Amino acid sequence: MKRLFLFLPVILVIVLGVVLFAGIGKDPNRLESALIGKPVPAFNLSDLADAERQLDGEVFRGEVSLLNVWGTWCPACRDEHDDLLWLAEDKGVRIIGLNYKDNREDALVWLERLGDPYAVTLYDPRGTLGFDLGVYGAPETYVIDPEGIVRHRHVGVVNEKVWKEDLEPLVTRYREGA
Amino acid sequence: MARWFAMCLLLAMLPQTVSADEANVQGFDNLAEEQRYRELISELRCPKCQNQNIADSNAPISKDMRDAVYLMMQDGASDDAIVGALVDRFGEFVRYNPEVDRRTFLLWATPAITVGIGLLVVGGIVIRSRRRGEQGASLTSEEQARVSRLLAGEDRNSHS
Repeated sequence: MKRLFLFLPVILVIVLGVVLFAGIGKDPNRLESALIGKPVPAFNLSDLADAERQLDGEVFRGEVSLLNVWGTWCPACRDEHDDLLWLAEDKGVRIIGLNYKDNREDALVWLERLGDPYAVTLYDPRGTLGFDLGVYGAPETYVIDPEGIVRHRHVGVVNEKVWKEDLEPLVTRYREGA
Repeated sequence: MARWFAMCLLLAMLPQTVSADEANVQGFDNLAEEQRYRELISELRCPKCQNQNIADSNAPISKDMRDAVYLMMQDGASDDAIVGALVDRFGEFVRYNPEVDRRTFLLWATPAITVGIGLLVVGGIVIRSRRRGEQGASLTSEEQARVSRLLAGEDRNSHS
């Protein structure tokens, strides 16, 4: 028994080592959204393509959507744009854009030049919906179920790997549920 | 002289340590409100540039959060309501001073647990050494007699 006590420091160090090792490589900048399981916050924003048309939470009803937060000022958004086009065209994913802290002219030029993966884009120049969603850095992509409930948030660029590992399983699950 | 010069140098550097929010000082009705604002933004954490509070951070999101705190204060919201509104959006992460609940229990209790374990260990050592001391003190009458002889110097030659 006494001899066992002598090994206590070694055991403690090993346990600490395992705990610290598990943390290596984890990205501390990825935070889980506070809105998981909650509805998308209420909003009333105009359509990017049509300033007269007002949109609200109804745009998420009836079908699983990805909500993609982007802006023309955001280099990483350019980076993921082709992958979003691929998702929308080849995979038939419904993507709602949230044009965040941007201006309408630049955003429309961007979509015309690069292609438009969005079923519809919400225009949020002051970042109000972004703030309510807890957006802290574009690009961010949310999985919204057909009831308008936030199911997942991905911070950072969406690519094939992220789609396969994080987004597709959820999209498939909530599609089947609908 | 050199020390005096160093002091002056340090004093001259002091005003440079202003926080980011000095750049956009908000208007307040009174000093108490401004003080409250400063306390609130200093205990909220920036989700973008982690390990900075929103008072020190220059990130756009921190500015938005400062503005939101200011606006909510103007609406007469309580401190709890303001912090709660931000936690609802950005998660418990933004609190430098998290509430005690099931998840943070260990975080809060670790200092007390550590001190408790330390006290147990020290107590154990003290009790054990005291017990040993008592055992050492109790000699049989034969040993006691030998001790007296040794102390008197009679035993010096008996073993040599």
